[in-house]
Amino acid sequence: MRVKYVLNEVLVGLWRNVTMTIAMIITMSVSLSMLGASVLLYMQVDQMKDYYYGNIQVSIFLTEDITDGQKEAIDQAITSSDLVKDKKYETKEDALKRFQQLWADTPDFVNAINADSLPESYRVTLKNPEQYKAFADGLQGLAGIRQIIDQSDILEEVFDIFNSIQLASLIVAGFMAVAALLLVGNTIQVAAYSKRREVAVMKLVGASNWFIQAPFVLEAVVAGLIGAILGFAALFIAKVVLLDNKLQALTTILTPIPTGNVVLMLPLLAGVGALVSAVTAWITLRFYLKV
Amino acid sequence: MIQLENVTKTYPKASRPSLDNVSVGIEKGEFVFFIGPSGSGKSTIIKLLLHEVAPTRGKVVVNQKDVTTLRSWKVPHFRRSIGCVFQDFRLLPNRTAYENVAFALEVIGKTKAVARRVVPEVLELVGLGGKEHRYPHELSGGEQQRVAVARAFVNRPLILLADEPTGNLDPDTSIEIMRLLDRINRTGTTVVMVTHDSNIVNQMRRRVIEIESGRIVRDQARGVYG
Repeated sequence: MRVKYVLNEVLVGLWRNVTMTIAMIITMSVSLSMLGASVLLYMQVDQMKDYYYGNIQVSIFLTEDITDGQKEAIDQAITSSDLVKDKKYETKEDALKRFQQLWADTPDFVNAINADSLPESYRVTLKNPEQYKAFADGLQGLAGIRQIIDQSDILEEVFDIFNSIQLASLIVAGFMAVAALLLVGNTIQVAAYSKRREVAVMKLVGASNWFIQAPFVLEAVVAGLIGAILGFAALFIAKVVLLDNKLQALTTILTPIPTGNVVLMLPLLAGVGALVSAVTAWITLRFYLKV
Repeated sequence: MIQLENVTKTYPKASRPSLDNVSVGIEKGEFVFFIGPSGSGKSTIIKLLLHEVAPTRGKVVVNQKDVTTLRSWKVPHFRRSIGCVFQDFRLLPNRTAYENVAFALEVIGKTKAVARRVVPEVLELVGLGGKEHRYPHELSGGEQQRVAVARAFVNRPLILLADEPTGNLDPDTSIEIMRLLDRINRTGTTVVMVTHDSNIVNQMRRRVIEIESGRIVRDQARGVYG
């Protein structure tokens, strides 16, 4: 009976103030979907770092007029360095082949290039990609090197972009969360006011505090849960419609987001939404109900 | 049953205390009037007994429990042993007489079956048999106060507190309510009533405690308003 009573109170409460309830649910869902997006992006960047740093190489481009002796010295320096995991020598022909593959879409551009215009290079994989600086310093001053390029520099820039997107969505989530919480507080105040007579009688006859507060707190929790489900739906639709279809091109940089990770957001968002609403409602009640 | 020991209550920002070093004892089954002019501190006593306010100094013991040190989460349970009626009835306007009384049972965890058994009985006791399904606005003031008394008594409390219960009623109706409180008192329930209705006090001839400016100035076993 008590469960039925409480559930009935919750539904009546949500319906009594339905415009406010909708506003609360919408802000909650936007905030939570932003939170979900930023968590997904965080997981994604982590995964991408593992993936890309594993394949990262330092390219040492050689000058045109390099002598065999100089080449020998460079080879020696690379081989003797204990930072190196793997090294590969790339001839002009290898370079051309790779170039043709890379730019296969634009045959005119490829045809304009011949093997002679591409430099020879060493492709070195480091044991720890972050030790690039030490490795490059070791080669400094050797004759015959035109340029040393560390791919992780380029990756860092890409990751910086992802990090700022993640930060931006966290900030938006934070602002929306503040709005959502204020709405929760306001809704609870209105609910407590419209039930002030009942609450006064309940206090008078000795209803327990949880019994008085539960309908209000649950009202907020139900709204939070609906908001979480809507937020999750938005994330899921965004993944299916945008990443899997419209923006599929992005997935050449972005490693694919596993559906499992997206599904994982449902319990996360539901938990955060429910908990945060409950705590806000409870704190509001402490001020407005004085039980 | 009720012990006030050197109780002083000063509200914040008040220039003088509402109750000033008051000591009084009330036995089980007594019927006690607290009388005195407005602002004399009578209502503060009701609030202290309900643990709505805490005394500034002194000790309040109700039903062998020291209310002063009662933990706040234990207050609801403590209040179940006390019934309370007020001048303004405090009924829920959107519920019938039956529902108003049943509400008091349901919110302390009693089942609907218990309510179905007990509520008609107590409504009969207060003389509202046949009017169970009327809403408060369909009842006279006296009848509304009877519903309030039924609600206060349905849980068979040890103590019934009444804060000017006849304040909004005409003299004849007031006397009927007093007969009802008297009947409840005869079941063994301690009744504490705050009033400044001299007619009633004079008719009842029960213990009268007069308060003036927060002090007890008279405590008479079979007193009149004076």
